[in-house]
Amino acid sequence: MEPVIRTLVDISQTPAALKGRANIVLERARWASEVFQRYDREMTLRIVDAIAAAAHANAQKYADWAVEETGFGVAEHKKIKNELTAHPLVDYYRNEDFVNPRIDEQRKLVEIPRPAGAIFVLTPSTNPIATLNYKILLGMMTRNAIVISPHPAARACCVDAANTLAAAALEAGAPDGAIQVIEDPSIPLIEEFMASPKTSLTLATGGNAMVRSAYSSSNPAIGVGPGNAPVFVDSSADLDLAAQRIVDSKSFDNSVLCTNESVLITLPECDKLLRLALKRSGAYLCDEDEVNRLRRYLFHERGFTVESIGRDAIWIAEECGMKVPKNTRILVTPIEQIGEEEKLSREKLCPVLAYHVAKTRNQALTQARAILRMTGAGHSAAIHTTDERLSMAYATTVEAYRVVVNAPCSQGAAGFQTHLAPTFTIGTGYFGRSSIGENVGPQHLVHWTRMAYNSDDSETFGNYHRLESHFDGPLPAAPADGVPGSNRPRPLTAPSRGGLDDSARQELRQLIAEELRAYLEH
Amino acid sequence: MVSAEKRDVIERSKYFWNPAKTQDWQDMGVDLVIDRREGYCIYDMDGHRLYDLHLNGGTYNLGHRHPELVEVLKAGTERFDMGNHHFPAIARTALAEALAACAPSPDMKYTAYGAGGAEAIDIALKSARNAMQKKKIISIIKAYHGHTGLAVKTGAERFSKTFLSEDTEGEFLQVPFNDLDAMEDALRGRDVAAVIMETIPATYGFPMPNEGYLPNVKKLCERYDALYIADEVQTGLMRCGTLWGINNYQVEPDILVTGKGITGGIYPMSCCVMTERAGAWLKQDGFAHMSTSGGAELGCVVSMKTLEIVQRPEVKATVHYIADYLRAGLDKIMAEYSDFFIDIRQHGVIMGLVFNHEQGAKPVMKHLYANGVWAIFSTLDPRVLQFKPGLLLTQAECEEILRRVEIGISLARDEVMGSRSRRIA
Repeated sequence: MEPVIRTLVDISQTPAALKGRANIVLERARWASEVFQRYDREMTLRIVDAIAAAAHANAQKYADWAVEETGFGVAEHKKIKNELTAHPLVDYYRNEDFVNPRIDEQRKLVEIPRPAGAIFVLTPSTNPIATLNYKILLGMMTRNAIVISPHPAARACCVDAANTLAAAALEAGAPDGAIQVIEDPSIPLIEEFMASPKTSLTLATGGNAMVRSAYSSSNPAIGVGPGNAPVFVDSSADLDLAAQRIVDSKSFDNSVLCTNESVLITLPECDKLLRLALKRSGAYLCDEDEVNRLRRYLFHERGFTVESIGRDAIWIAEECGMKVPKNTRILVTPIEQIGEEEKLSREKLCPVLAYHVAKTRNQALTQARAILRMTGAGHSAAIHTTDERLSMAYATTVEAYRVVVNAPCSQGAAGFQTHLAPTFTIGTGYFGRSSIGENVGPQHLVHWTRMAYNSDDSETFGNYHRLESHFDGPLPAAPADGVPGSNRPRPLTAPSRGGLDDSARQELRQLIAEELRAYLEH
Repeated sequence: MVSAEKRDVIERSKYFWNPAKTQDWQDMGVDLVIDRREGYCIYDMDGHRLYDLHLNGGTYNLGHRHPELVEVLKAGTERFDMGNHHFPAIARTALAEALAACAPSPDMKYTAYGAGGAEAIDIALKSARNAMQKKKIISIIKAYHGHTGLAVKTGAERFSKTFLSEDTEGEFLQVPFNDLDAMEDALRGRDVAAVIMETIPATYGFPMPNEGYLPNVKKLCERYDALYIADEVQTGLMRCGTLWGINNYQVEPDILVTGKGITGGIYPMSCCVMTERAGAWLKQDGFAHMSTSGGAELGCVVSMKTLEIVQRPEVKATVHYIADYLRAGLDKIMAEYSDFFIDIRQHGVIMGLVFNHEQGAKPVMKHLYANGVWAIFSTLDPRVLQFKPGLLLTQAECEEILRRVEIGISLARDEVMGSRSRRIA
């Protein structure tokens, strides 16, 4: 008979047990981050590169797995995202140094990086693996420890991917527990993690409720709000190119990136041509009846129909009983109004694009502003134009912190077809009730101790360039005395003091004083 | 200043509980009366906070009043009490299964229960005698396995003679630790039932087994038909970085004894885990030994939770961090006070700090106490301070402990060596 492990008294859902779980995981993370701070830049980058290589090698596997598990998106596009969040992400930040002190001779400042510590991260179901890769790599670049809480709908692929990356990190020499994943996330457990004094920072991507909860946790948090990007196509734009970019963007991973265009606004003078251009690019223009069907299907009393997230245009059309050509990439729904009255002007994480014709440029700007007022404040907006006065007016009008010009917004706002920082956490800033207004990057996961000299010229700045490295690397393993193979390391030298100790210094001082005295007497 | 309340407790302790022991502590400069306790801190009646590096020999491995253990004990009382020791019982069987699943030898099967470590040692010794039909027991000189009738005979006479309970029949042999020849000589007569070994002798100041010593003792046991009893009361439950210390030495014992930390100090309990051969009496006459409190079902419920917690992967990782980090810090302190603090014995979070003076650990204990750290000297080798950090210490706590230990050792060093002959860098 084999022994069976039983639970006779189940306390797993009690506050004591939840807190116990959170404590034990977070404390391991804190240990890891503490030891990580002994690592130099070279070793840090070696770990980062090893993780990126593992992420790249598994891009296809986890793209397929994520689509199969969640039903969201397009595997082929997810693979691209998974790859973008591996080597290219690392290369983007390769020349930035988050490890060594910065020495500023001019301002007589030395800035020493101090990593956050234990970072609790939430990953969404829509972009599960790309977000996971991205957050892990950001954390490792800055020598933090990461605890991942995957969205329950993408749990299995995320747990597996996190363990794969954690193994690669460990193999490359990362501290044990630098990457951990919660295998059975639940709301009470997540709340316990977010509120724990052992959590240095929560990095929340996900539903609004989670983000607000992160901000209410009493701990530092970087959470971002939802998107609802307006895209303005001006008559000055190359309409064919604009249409093509918009369709590419909306169909990319079936619009699961929160930076996807939600409502297209254009002007009467280019309405017809734009419609034709959209059709040529694979858009299907819905008639009034079809718009009604889509509206009813996508929005119900409690909100957006989750089943439609990340589904392709043909699948959605079929759900609504619509017949569309086989090559349809997105569905375009013309709408008269924008605002509360028109549900289709809200965020849609699926390849359905609302289409609105404003009377004038001024009205277009007002409407774009209104879209973001409803939802998506601080997030993204796009414009297609060759008139920089217009783009400037647009960017200063809309309450978005990234305005993508003549590029697909899904990719562009996330930094993949623009020179914005590549990200899977779009800072929605003060407009969007967030602490950060730019694309979140490694710089947000580290603070700096600033050593500041007296600015008076009489006080000279020290020579910090010649100081020895203070990176000791991993902790030496303690001996297990008497265990075969456990060598007993003995301290070979006294710990370095970085110079003389007090008594020696005293002696030296005395010698010098005596010499001086002798010299003066002669 | 000692408060009137505390003075009163000390006086009454002397009057009603244990006059000599109470006074001894006062004489050693440790006027501790533990009141509040939480995590790895204990608080004296007068509010003085101490980091507990004594942990009652690993009893508070998971910290004092670990919230999950408290919770499971409370919840357990909704269903269980001590239970009836005669009948098959749900919790007692469940814990025996859990122990069989994680035992250091694959053929370990039965668990017999006691209420304290020594009781389980007595069960182990009785079981060995029954299984082997021989009476002699070998332990090491200065061994310590507790104070009950048989257990006390395996240890130093310091604890048995007072009670006229030392071995007079020549049944309890003691051999020097780390001496394989002496062990073989003692076993050669084939009249020994069992060798009982603490994997690392605690009360003796954690002298570490030489490489090959323990596996060779086991081989000798096999050669001369004796059982190997691993006393893992202090070395088990992850304290050596693995669930059982003996695992690291590639020894598969016939009997394993665990106690103290198995219930996290929240309910008294001890276990004697045996192979089918060693526990033969359980098949012959199950009524031969019994204990009303031993294997109390509430204790079993708590023990199962302890086993679950200590086997979490995070705990293993944390124990390694604690061991490595404290060692790195202690190495630095040792280098600083190298004329006084001369050695560190270590396996996992079991550590003995050795001082260059016959009674050196006593002043260290005193100065650590004054600086908020409670660690006890080794009764049987007072040069050695037992340094026993918990499994779940945080990095911040370890840093704080090292800071205080450095101060305490520097003061003890000055007291013992005099402050003039100061170290040279």
